[in-house]
Amino acid sequence: MEIKKGIAVSPGISIAKSMVIDSEDYRIPYRAIEPSQRTSEIRRVKKAFSDAIEELNQLEESYDNKGSQIKDIFAVHNRFLHDRSLQKKISDMIRSELVIAEYAISNTFREIASHFANEKDAYISERAADIFDIARRVLKHLLGKKREEIGNITEEVTIVARELSPIQTAGFDKKFVKGIASDVGGRTSHAAIVARSLGIPAVVALEDLTSVVNEGDTVIVDGNRGIVIVNPDENTIAEYNEYKDEFTELGYKLNTLKEKPAITRDGTKVTLLGNIEFPNETQTVLEKGGDGIGLYRTEFLYLNTTTEPTEEDHYNAYSQTVKAMKSKPVVIRTLDLGADKYTQSKRFVREPNPFLGLRSIRFCLQNLMMFKTQLRAILRASVLGNVKIMFPLITNQQELMQAKMILHDVMEDLSDEKIEYNQKIPVGIMIETPSAALTAFSLAKEVSFFSIGTNDLTQYTLAVDRGNELVSTLYSTADPAVLRLIRTVIQDAHKAQIDLSICGEVASEPEYIMLLLGMGVRTFSLASPMIPEIKQIIRSVTITDCNKVARKVLSMNSERHITSYIRNAARKIIPEAF
Amino acid sequence: MLEKVVCETEVEIKNAEGLHMRPAMQFVDISNRYDSKIIVTNGKTSVDGKSIMQMSMLAATCGTKLKIKAEGPDAEAAINALQELVENEHFGESLP
Repeated sequence: MEIKKGIAVSPGISIAKSMVIDSEDYRIPYRAIEPSQRTSEIRRVKKAFSDAIEELNQLEESYDNKGSQIKDIFAVHNRFLHDRSLQKKISDMIRSELVIAEYAISNTFREIASHFANEKDAYISERAADIFDIARRVLKHLLGKKREEIGNITEEVTIVARELSPIQTAGFDKKFVKGIASDVGGRTSHAAIVARSLGIPAVVALEDLTSVVNEGDTVIVDGNRGIVIVNPDENTIAEYNEYKDEFTELGYKLNTLKEKPAITRDGTKVTLLGNIEFPNETQTVLEKGGDGIGLYRTEFLYLNTTTEPTEEDHYNAYSQTVKAMKSKPVVIRTLDLGADKYTQSKRFVREPNPFLGLRSIRFCLQNLMMFKTQLRAILRASVLGNVKIMFPLITNQQELMQAKMILHDVMEDLSDEKIEYNQKIPVGIMIETPSAALTAFSLAKEVSFFSIGTNDLTQYTLAVDRGNELVSTLYSTADPAVLRLIRTVIQDAHKAQIDLSICGEVASEPEYIMLLLGMGVRTFSLASPMIPEIKQIIRSVTITDCNKVARKVLSMNSERHITSYIRNAARKIIPEAF
Repeated sequence: MLEKVVCETEVEIKNAEGLHMRPAMQFVDISNRYDSKIIVTNGKTSVDGKSIMQMSMLAATCGTKLKIKAEGPDAEAAINALQELVENEHFGESLP
């Protein structure tokens, strides 16, 4: 039995066998072989290497004139694939440990990579990524069509991974994925967001978990306390089964709030909306008593497949969602991805600084065909219910005007083709950059609603990469700089009399609710499993108290003091939430 | 029968980013042009100077001193070429 501590990012308890997945789509099974199979396994390694070399040569040719950096990458991969001592290392492992080729390759490369990852020098530690790239190149040929995708899981498992990409989490089926545990990540990393929205217990930042878990080990994920237990003993399993039941019961209690309104003790009505990623999540939103969808992330349409989604793919997903929600609002956010993770085919377009690069609305405005396809589908779905459209990552008025103009063009096309759509579809924007927050007064004149995306707003304001463990402690929405920007946006929205909501992670964090209510927020959009808990908090407070909290906080100038102040204030009123 | 020569030198990594993938590639490319056996040592480990995997695993940063030993008929020429690459050309990269 081994107990590991990490960061709890999605509540709940799960006990299931582990499925260890490699850094990409591959799942490397551990299988022992008979001594007589050694020669054939080693032959498979050789074949995989020579196939990879052949593929690389073709790639190199096709990239003939495309810049030296890419060619250098190929050249380095080529040297590795020709390195006899590397192949020998792998063959030796097969010989001495009697394992299949896939496992020996994956393990050998991981060992080389870990050698780099532990180095303090950033130039060297980054090389681990190069090594994984080469490993993938070889494994791809070995696994070929046999490769096991996460989408095809058919038994209950705990997913154990170094890091989960949006591509991987997009395929998760709640029925089989019972828990998630990863080496890296934080509260706002993609895996955490998806885990919360699906209601799967998750713990991240477990450092070297993948090196202590073997495929098939029993793993307990305690998403309440941030603990993962590998190969628990019988007593521990019994203890956790009991704890799991208690937790489920608490969930039932909160669910009785479903029919009750989200209203403060002094009578202020609050709207609680759900954040979703997949059409079938509408079910959870409705079950948990959500008043609509405040953020429909559409990225999964692009990440699930290697080909571009068609207008019908978009339309099918949107119409399913909108119909399920009946007359309740559905805010569809247009594509919010960077070129760095858009599709497999564009993987080599690496930007040195992707978060400041071609992502989100910028990417859409440079890929008009793709953008228009999505807008057409949203507009067509707009007649089926209460659909709103939202543009992400707006940084200036010109971008907004451009996006609106393209929307207008698409509307005209639809009119020409006599296709129905809602001509008065409400258009809104995410406020998630400091520049948008600071110019909210003028942006407000052009839209019918704002949604503050506190995750990106915090990251861009404080210049902190929320996924980087080395600096992630600096990341806090309670920072006075971030709170000032949020206040500005709320005030400007009120002045312009447009709708305003908060759709970042803070909307689901109990300690922030009083502060946000006091600052004037009346609509929250959050991971739907958290709706009952947040509703209970709203029903326990008065706006008068919340106003006091907000006034006090806005006069404070230290993030640490603010964090502990809002936590104490919330704890006094609703001790059971902490 | 060919004469067996042993030749040795010590070099310092001078380019800012150290012996990362591309420099390691340049190093093994030159090593592989010679028949001599090339051994590179960083004080702790000794590796084959013709293997990019082993060379990159030296994880030599800027300022690291490496001992290069060549054994074989063209040992001297190999040492000279490698020394030129590391210290004079510093892999064609910028200095700190």
